[in-house]
Amino acid sequence: MSVPTTTAPANHPEIRRLVPVLAPGYTYESVTEKISDVVLKRPLGIPWLAGFALAFTFLMVLTVAVTWLIAKGVGIWGINIPIGWGFAIVNFVWWIGIGHAGTLISAILFLLNQKWRTSINRFAEAMTLFAVACAGIFPLIHTGRPWMAYYMFPYPSTMGIWPQFRSPLIWDVFAVSTYGTVSLLFWFVGLIPDLATLRDRAPHKWQAYIFGGLAMGWRGSARHWHRYQSAYMLLAGLATPLVLSVHTVVSFDFSVAIVPGWHTTIFPPYFVAGAIYSGFAMVLTIAIPLRKAYGLEDFITMRHLENMAKVMLATGLIVAYGYFFEFFLARYSGNKFDMFLVDQRLHGPYAPYYYALILCNILTPQLLWIGKVRRSVFMLFILSLIINLGMWLERFVIVVISLTRDFMPSAWGRYSATVWDYATFLGTLGLFTTLLFLFARALPAISIAEMRELVAHQSGEHE
Amino acid sequence: MEQQHSQLYGVMAEFETANQLLRAAEKVRDAGYKHMDAYAPFPVEGLSEALGLGRNLVPLLTLCGGLCGGLGGFGFEYWVNVVSYPMNVAGRPLNSWPAFIPVTFELTVLGAALTAVFGMIALNGLPRPHHPVFNVHRFASRATTDKFFICIEATDPKFSLADTARFLESLHPQHVTEVQDE
Repeated sequence: MSVPTTTAPANHPEIRRLVPVLAPGYTYESVTEKISDVVLKRPLGIPWLAGFALAFTFLMVLTVAVTWLIAKGVGIWGINIPIGWGFAIVNFVWWIGIGHAGTLISAILFLLNQKWRTSINRFAEAMTLFAVACAGIFPLIHTGRPWMAYYMFPYPSTMGIWPQFRSPLIWDVFAVSTYGTVSLLFWFVGLIPDLATLRDRAPHKWQAYIFGGLAMGWRGSARHWHRYQSAYMLLAGLATPLVLSVHTVVSFDFSVAIVPGWHTTIFPPYFVAGAIYSGFAMVLTIAIPLRKAYGLEDFITMRHLENMAKVMLATGLIVAYGYFFEFFLARYSGNKFDMFLVDQRLHGPYAPYYYALILCNILTPQLLWIGKVRRSVFMLFILSLIINLGMWLERFVIVVISLTRDFMPSAWGRYSATVWDYATFLGTLGLFTTLLFLFARALPAISIAEMRELVAHQSGEHE
Repeated sequence: MEQQHSQLYGVMAEFETANQLLRAAEKVRDAGYKHMDAYAPFPVEGLSEALGLGRNLVPLLTLCGGLCGGLGGFGFEYWVNVVSYPMNVAGRPLNSWPAFIPVTFELTVLGAALTAVFGMIALNGLPRPHHPVFNVHRFASRATTDKFFICIEATDPKFSLADTARFLESLHPQHVTEVQDE
């Protein structure tokens, strides 16, 4: 076992390559025990209860905001004509984007055989599911009559009408619902062996019944593993193009329209890069407190945090490239509406948001070039929050500036969010955090079966 | 332990490491046993080959599921927007197929993913909450944590309790146990 690597100077390149994805000295049983005990044995404790109570309070803010919205209609929001999209769509795109890192970690890094994904994929997938749940709320309530949302699905109605399949908004319905379903399946398939572990280790009968029911009688048979691995690999292969397609379709909501600033072919790749960028920021925002709270530093090591920082740096540069080309193409096109819009981003009434976006998304993350910053847990946490904010501002700039500066000055307008806009947004943060708190205690936050594989791999190397 | 109505399911051996399990599985296969299974707390590389398992049906099923989803999706969109409810949008052709591709793609992935997961679960014969191997106490408590097992089933033509147990003993397991089907 490579014991000395953890104590050696971490900045030596030769040694840094060896910083393990799992601290040495673990056995099958000790990884199993450490992860499953968080679910099965650990008492709840004041910090968890306090955190949960706070998150739950915000969830209640969401229920109030949505109830009031349904009672009064979308007029309680700051949206108007011409700014019909406002916070609802900003938040929808932001949340969906956050989900994408979970799929990227679980599917793409799996296909690329990246061992370091193992200890972060489970909660990253959970994060995906919860983020998609938050995202899904927004278009639903933004319809104004959410009880009629089923109109968007093709069903044989007595009115004899069908959806219009040429519309990006219908593509969105299919993309987001498929994404939610496939993410759930992927997460559940990954959980099956761990649910069986929890069933067999449960100290109480009721726990054994619940986990046993969910594990469906999994017994680790070689024949089962054989098919299981095929299915898992196929799901990873299917989720990879799916995740790219989802944000592409989301970007079509904008780029298929002719609104200046939206009608551009760079949107799909730059939306996908932005999604992964914000998603990795959110994974860090969650991973850093999680590993601290449950003592999982041996499993989610500095190597994970540093790798995620590098992915953020890379995708952040792609996003910066996107911003630059948005600017360049508008100028190069010679189209006066596009040129005017770019000018409005720099000098218009919402220019402070644009500059804040550049500061959060492009300038500050350049600190990640410095090794010391990438290896400082505190700095990574702060940077992840800044990037989350920056990506939210990006969607705000895209949605609001373009809509307030349409083709005709007579169609120009201004937008400002109301207290209900903020309440709904904070409320979805509450929903997201509440679900995360419940997840951390109800299911293993790290894949136990995959950690055992990692133990086998590590001990095999040094046999 | 021996109940009157209990039936012999097979003989089970327990191993400490994945490599021991792998070697034992090869020997069991080479000895000519057919009805056997190995159990491991994580997927062991090479175990399906060691047991002589062929290719499984999941990839083929998934392909069919994906094709059904994709072709069904496109066909449905065509039927809706061309046949059942034709809508003239800015004079574009009714069968504006490029606009049908995003939904076709999503439904392909959806069909394939659902088939992969539910196909895998169905082929594995799950859900099956109880199975004779769980009657072995050491299996029920350790099989999903850190121990590796191999079980030769009584339905195997070569099976005889004494011989098979002796054969398994020769593979140097930690334990050899009879498995009863209650």
